[in-house]
Amino acid sequence: MLELVVISTLNGILFGMLLFLMASGLTVIFSMLGVLNFAHASFYMLGAFFGFQISRWVGFWPALFIAPLLAGALGAAVERFGLRRVHRNGHVAELLFTFGLAFAIEEVVQMIWGKSPVDFRIPPSLDFPAFRIFSTNYPAYKMFMLLVSIAIFVGLLIVLKKSRVGLIVQAALTHPHMVAHLGHNVERVFMLVFGVGTALAAVAGVIAGPALVTQSNMAALLGPILFVVVVVGGLGSLPGAFVASLLIGLVQTFAVSMNGSLAGAFGPLSPDYAQSWLSDIWGVTVAQIAPIMPYVLLVLILIFRPMGLLGTRET
Amino acid sequence: MRRWMMVAALLPMLGGTAFAQDTVKIGYIDPLSGGGASVGEVGLKTFQFLAEELNAKGGILGKKVEIVPFDNKTNPQESLIQAQKAIDAGVRYITQGNGSSVAGALTDFITKYNDRNPGKEVLYFNYAAVDPVLTNAKCSFWHFRWDANSDIKMEALTNYMKSVPSIKKIYLINQDYSFGESVRSAAKTMLKAKRPDIQVVGDELHPLLKITDFAPYIAKIKASDADTVITGNWGQDFALLLKAAADAGLKVNWYTYYAGGTGGPTAIKQANLNHQVFQIAEGIPNLGHPPADAFEKALRAKYDFSLFYPRAVNEMRMFAAAADKAKSLDPVKVAAALEGMEFEVYSGGKGMMRKDDHQFFQPMYIASFGERTEKEPFDEEKTGWGWRLAAKIDTDQTVLPTTCKMERPN
Repeated sequence: MLELVVISTLNGILFGMLLFLMASGLTVIFSMLGVLNFAHASFYMLGAFFGFQISRWVGFWPALFIAPLLAGALGAAVERFGLRRVHRNGHVAELLFTFGLAFAIEEVVQMIWGKSPVDFRIPPSLDFPAFRIFSTNYPAYKMFMLLVSIAIFVGLLIVLKKSRVGLIVQAALTHPHMVAHLGHNVERVFMLVFGVGTALAAVAGVIAGPALVTQSNMAALLGPILFVVVVVGGLGSLPGAFVASLLIGLVQTFAVSMNGSLAGAFGPLSPDYAQSWLSDIWGVTVAQIAPIMPYVLLVLILIFRPMGLLGTRET
Repeated sequence: MRRWMMVAALLPMLGGTAFAQDTVKIGYIDPLSGGGASVGEVGLKTFQFLAEELNAKGGILGKKVEIVPFDNKTNPQESLIQAQKAIDAGVRYITQGNGSSVAGALTDFITKYNDRNPGKEVLYFNYAAVDPVLTNAKCSFWHFRWDANSDIKMEALTNYMKSVPSIKKIYLINQDYSFGESVRSAAKTMLKAKRPDIQVVGDELHPLLKITDFAPYIAKIKASDADTVITGNWGQDFALLLKAAADAGLKVNWYTYYAGGTGGPTAIKQANLNHQVFQIAEGIPNLGHPPADAFEKALRAKYDFSLFYPRAVNEMRMFAAAADKAKSLDPVKVAAALEGMEFEVYSGGKGMMRKDDHQFFQPMYIASFGERTEKEPFDEEKTGWGWRLAAKIDTDQTVLPTTCKMERPN
């Protein structure tokens, strides 16, 4: 039992940190530009595919740096030449733009790399069990993923809270005109934030690619959960995104390991109902509904605390 | 001038129809994107290879066989759209295999379509969807199944398992849809009857083709202290499950339906489960049946995968034989010729398409995957490991009763 709890906690935190890498960019972009970037998960996918391709050419470690840079540059270009123009036509146009962009990126990825999974492998230098707790091996690569995401989280926090750049970004969030009058190029700040945000998603892609499956549907698989994270955490709140990422990572992992069902709690259903729809609901285990738990959480948060866990404004 | 342009525009269309009459089009409706793509793509290439084999011998009744791919994304609704598209493109024979949920939708659709469009009937050749319901409660005259259904496979697997005394605690993990449901319930009832001392310590259903990291599930299997896992998982759901087991160092025996699918052998080797993973199928490489060996060699020379679908070979060859017997490519006549047809199957031995429910019966093989002897020439996915026969089940021992009440066209 203890073993299950420890391993599930590790797995949950790992998944949560991966979500945070993506959610952090998404939530900062939202607070700056006021628009939910539907294509954010696509940059995560681009990161994975760039990482795959570059690691083919020059190895995994250079890819870990080059792929996010490329994806970030692409993200910045999208902001500079796409979103900024569309912005004049209002939020709906921006939303539709990012929505369309997500499909376009998926199509392009399918055209270049095909629709089936590519063979993106864990680098041999990390392909060994890191440690053994009880009788379970924990892979070194997963520890690496965890360390990278924690390092980025800490780095991000320091840059935003302590550095001059971070101060300007924070100021531009709430008072863009004032910041502009003080002589800062707010538009460039926006572009850089968009670029950094998408690059962070791409980092998540490069490190998740070998561990999970690098395939053209990976954006669509993860995209919806990202929105849950930023809404639950509070739109625009970085600490909120952090808490929500971990929460959802843990909820999903622990839900899988639970066998409880209504039948388990209240005893078996009376035979009169055995063939009815009720028997399905009665017998379903928590583990079976694990994948929809984040969405249940989303609905509950929107009803009872619309500004999110740590958010400051109504969504 | 304008008239000439119209003629010019019409010419290619005429050419198209003339061409269409010279070919037998088989609509291949299976996942070519999404989580099922890895197996869907292998299936497509296998069928294309089989079409070439037939064409090299002059096609079916002198007509060239053409496989037309349609991507259904493992989605029942999407499959119906693709089926309609296929029919509009002149397809009279549809083949599909991945996903009993898809198969259920397709068989309904085609049965209804044929009712409404007499004279334009479409046949549905199912090469791998094994939910028993398709040849029982939901059986259809227009549906033919070449793979042994799930109950047949579980019957054979449990017969084998009952003679393995080391099995004490079993964990069931399956995909959450009609097929996974039928695997888990068949496993539970059959084990109860054959080995009441075996304890089922876990019974898991997970979303179909959506999980990318099975680590939480593996942690749970580990915590349950099971010594054996039964799974009907296919495609990436099997490969990723074993990959997570390898990462966590989970050492149990696996009884599976589809361990040989894309990525499966690689993951088994990674997990270092030497002859600890068993699979039930209608054929494996290394059976030592010369015609099958020759086919396997030819396939491997052309593609970088091995034959995962001996059932597809049987399907295509029997289709050709049935059309020859009926001397027609009219689906109704081909269907009549297929009913009750006996056939020498790919892996050797007699197979029979039962008239009552259109389920094909054939010898089945339980095999384990691991290190090879010199008698086992074929390895899988360049792992160096290959399949070894553990038990053969003859055709007559695979026959299970059916509840099908077939409605035949007048």
